[in-house]
Amino acid sequence: MTLEQIIFLIIAVVILLASLFVVTAPKMIHAALWLILALAGVAVIFVLLQAPFFAVVQVIVYIGAIAVLFIFAVMLTRKAMQDTGSQLNRYSILAAVICIMIFGALTGMLLSWGGSATLLESGALPADSIADLGVALTDPNGFLLPFEVASILLLAALIGAIYIGRDRSSGEGEQ
Amino acid sequence: MIPLSWYLILAAAMVCIGLFGVIARRNAIAMLLSVELILNAVNINLLAFWRYVDVVHAAGQVFVVMVITAAAAEVAVGLAIIIAVYRKQKTIVTDDVSDLKG
Repeated sequence: MTLEQIIFLIIAVVILLASLFVVTAPKMIHAALWLILALAGVAVIFVLLQAPFFAVVQVIVYIGAIAVLFIFAVMLTRKAMQDTGSQLNRYSILAAVICIMIFGALTGMLLSWGGSATLLESGALPADSIADLGVALTDPNGFLLPFEVASILLLAALIGAIYIGRDRSSGEGEQ
Repeated sequence: MIPLSWYLILAAAMVCIGLFGVIARRNAIAMLLSVELILNAVNINLLAFWRYVDVVHAAGQVFVVMVITAAAAEVAVGLAIIIAVYRKQKTIVTDDVSDLKG
């Protein structure tokens, strides 16, 4: 067991436990906080994968923006669900069985696949993978079009969120 | 060194937990939380394959950028819909919000 493997296993256990609490926590605010722990664990996994840029993006975008948005939404809809009642619907047993079966099938498939034991050859990482990413995102022969489409998607989501979330019952705030 | 399969199995477990949350949770916000778990598992897979199989090209990283963008857009619109539904019907339990007739 190398140090990297030990770190990976600890982080994996943390992520999986936090994920389980996200889907089973009776209080929504607790589920949102457990999600933050899971996302932070994923950021550590990105560091282990030698993608520090995405670890930072994970912290800024997911923990900084998305998780805070979730916490806002949970607080805005606080009285919507009593925190005491069952949080799972009547299909939860069936859903658990199906999910465990899918996990078993995926794991069996991955273990039987020859490429899954691939080890990292050391020193294969390009020196400036972040610069490569930047060039690829703005290169017309690379991913310029998906990049622009993603920006349009963000703009459309922004406008859509404002339009949907607007309070139409009171005409005061409308332009 | 860590074999590639460890990352893939971790991501598979995260996807399955997230899938369970999407199917079984009654609260709409909890379903969106579970979708975030699934998208993060996808990101782990994409970066693992980028690092282990094709580190020369940036395609794996670009896909992660796209997934994060789509996740941000999805959360913004999803939470706006949930809050709009809550304002109208005073509930975010998905079983009770069964009519789409405005």
